[in-house]
Amino acid sequence: MKHAYIIGAGIHPFGRTEGRSGLEQGALAARAALADAGLEWADIQVAYGGSDSAGRADTLVTQLGLTGVPFVNVLNGCATGGSALFGARAAIASDEFDLALALGFDKHPRGAFDPKPAEWGLPEWYGAAGLMVTTQFFAMKLRRYMSLFDITAATLARVAEKALHNGALAPHAWRRTALDMGTILASPMVNDPLTKYMFCSPAEGAVALILASEKKARELGRTQTRIKAVTLRTRPPGSFEVFAPAIDLTPGPSPTVIASRAAYEMAGLGPRDIDVAQLQDTEAGAEIMHMAENGFCEDGEQEHWLAAGRTRLNGQLPINTDGGCIACGEPIGASGLRQVYENVIQLRGVGGARQVPNKIRNAYSHVYGAPGLAAVVILGC
Amino acid sequence: MLRIVNIRIIDPDLFETSPTLRLFGGRERTTGRIVFPYAAEDERFERVPLPDRGTLWSYTVQRFMPKAPPYAGAEPFEPFAVGYVLLPGACIVAARLQCRSFSELRLELPMELTTLVLRRNDDVATVIYGFKPEGTPG
Repeated sequence: MKHAYIIGAGIHPFGRTEGRSGLEQGALAARAALADAGLEWADIQVAYGGSDSAGRADTLVTQLGLTGVPFVNVLNGCATGGSALFGARAAIASDEFDLALALGFDKHPRGAFDPKPAEWGLPEWYGAAGLMVTTQFFAMKLRRYMSLFDITAATLARVAEKALHNGALAPHAWRRTALDMGTILASPMVNDPLTKYMFCSPAEGAVALILASEKKARELGRTQTRIKAVTLRTRPPGSFEVFAPAIDLTPGPSPTVIASRAAYEMAGLGPRDIDVAQLQDTEAGAEIMHMAENGFCEDGEQEHWLAAGRTRLNGQLPINTDGGCIACGEPIGASGLRQVYENVIQLRGVGGARQVPNKIRNAYSHVYGAPGLAAVVILGC
Repeated sequence: MLRIVNIRIIDPDLFETSPTLRLFGGRERTTGRIVFPYAAEDERFERVPLPDRGTLWSYTVQRFMPKAPPYAGAEPFEPFAVGYVLLPGACIVAARLQCRSFSELRLELPMELTTLVLRRNDDVATVIYGFKPEGTPG
């Protein structure tokens, strides 16, 4: 397998930045990544970028430079960032390109996402009846999981508390005030069993990564961060996804499970080889379920893991070290790349107050999006 | 004064109330696989009635008003329950749930088909299918 390396990483703070469009945030992240890599825009040979709501990434050539670079727009919901990286890595692996950009950005207005049934191939009554709400899906998937595997509300609160604790230590996070479990549990119920502080919110942000071929990375003396796997999968039969008027009687694995297995295989690694993980935490229950879907523990073990602090910064497997989507918000085009950015920072040892103390050999990230796609990235040194 | 309220079935391919209350799904002609909802334009499927009883597979309470459109429910908003009901031999369908109290909902609860009024405008009541705990009054 041809190796690709991440030689530059840039981020625009997540949250809300008045007066700065999503595209402008994307441009700033791209420039920051270029500066980090010691490169110019003219050095970039191919670009994959995307945004769900903030415009066409390829129009950024007017801001970054009209070099004629091939620029592919990516539109994959919450998995947009992962898909951009998937494309950029594949371009490097094809041997046709030595330097690639992966970019994701978004700027969502306040409030829930605004799906229209027809856009998703769904009948009008489904939306009219109030069944087409993303938070319902997360709550119902979680409710069943909690009942089957004895996960308690306290565990949900522990995840949210950890997220906000870590966010307070991460300069690029949005929510930077720690909250205690009691406050989290007592906050208004959104969709039972999930309260307000257990959910992420749509927000803003941008991340850019510069990828290099092995040849180029060696030439530049930047071989610190190797991409060991990038996998992207859409849903197999029987998976339970958002906006589903019905589910098959015969359950099937989620796209996360198949993307995860493929990533471990591509990297030649297993869950025990992973030292830090960024897992899709659209809400606190998602982080819990994704711990099992990504192979880190058995169903139900999360209850003990969270109580024992195993996933805190100083735990055995730190999860969502920058506070994840709960603390950073969900600019859906950018989140998948924020996770990779955070892993790059952790691998470099420059995470400051949130730096994981354990030696990091391999860092894992998982992003999941509607209507059922997942992307997994494994980085290592 | 006697008010005559017209009932509007939100989608006639979805369910009917006369002669009996029936929820429809699609049956794949070649494999017998059942899907929901039935899509008349997809010739692979024929319309079939689904079982009118099942068990509660999962549920939640919708505590905030969904974005309108597409939500077309009654205002002012009042929280409502939604869930998935496992219909044996068919599939697991999403549905509004009718219950006296949200606390009575639990996994595996036996449920039966019912109808709910989504909203009333003047003399027209828009009606949709739903499920309620078995044995509770309509």
